[in-house]
Amino acid sequence: MPGLLARVYVTPKRGILDPQGKAVQHSLHALGFTEVHDVKVGKYIELRLRDAGREAAGTRIREMCERLLANGVIEDFRVELGEDGH
Amino acid sequence: MRWGVVVFPGSNDDRDALRVAERVLGDQAVALWHKDQDLKGADCVILPGGFSYGDYLRCGAMAKFSPVMEAVARHARDGGRVLGFCNGFQILCESGLLPGALVRNRSLSFVCDVVTVRVETTDTFFTRGCGVGELLRLPIKHGEGCYVADEGTLAALEREDRVVFRYVDVNGRPAADANPNGSLGNVAGVCNAGRNVVGLMPHPEHAVERLTGGEDGLRLFRSVQASVREWAGRGPAGEPLASTS
Repeated sequence: MPGLLARVYVTPKRGILDPQGKAVQHSLHALGFTEVHDVKVGKYIELRLRDAGREAAGTRIREMCERLLANGVIEDFRVELGEDGH
Repeated sequence: MRWGVVVFPGSNDDRDALRVAERVLGDQAVALWHKDQDLKGADCVILPGGFSYGDYLRCGAMAKFSPVMEAVARHARDGGRVLGFCNGFQILCESGLLPGALVRNRSLSFVCDVVTVRVETTDTFFTRGCGVGELLRLPIKHGEGCYVADEGTLAALEREDRVVFRYVDVNGRPAADANPNGSLGNVAGVCNAGRNVVGLMPHPEHAVERLTGGEDGLRLFRSVQASVREWAGRGPAGEPLASTS
């Protein structure tokens, strides 16, 4: 059955402390990758959906993000919607 | 009075909270399963510590959608008393019943310690028996206890006297090295605008007996008892009932 694949990226909001990102940055510097001046660690979530139209799916996925997948107080999200190749 | 303690899959301080209510305070206590849709007449509901739903996605993110939380939100809207300790605080923030959020400790390490917190306001049902500036020694044990909120929210909390507890050193100063998790403003606990919902990362339910590390938490539970006793003599909107004399 053809469907949609939504790739959801959840990242710490700008200005919100990201201690994981900081720790990773320090480790990268320790390894000699000194050109890295900012690291943010977030989450990647894949959703496979029945294809009920891109526009409707986009609206539904935004709602999923706002209600559950991301916490708007501390996180931003970005969605890429495409054909599900599997 | 009657205490309700919510039990989510993954809660692990629920028994301690029930024990405080029944054995230490001598009150009635009822466990509320996460699928329950009513609070069984509880005067005060406690969301206990633990790892509800495995802390999946974010701490408290799943718990906010459990049926019992609808009842808790209704109870809170109607002015009912709600307390959240540790994971319970995280759930209250995720649910929007309290502002802000709790993120990974700045150190990235889980902290298990006894800390000093300063009572910042006595204008809540939970701290009315304390004095402003009083210091309490309470245990903490968490990996995600760093309180964050945007600047406007933090300013509003300070302005409206809604920071309930702050991490301080033994001299009562909110020093950076007295802050166990990096919380903004050394905030350890806050209340909602209605002052009937209070959440904090420390565990007062683990500090109720001298034998097991002090009883500073008792002051807080006794405050709730006093508040419920006082309201029992009043009408539904809180007005004093007409005197019989």
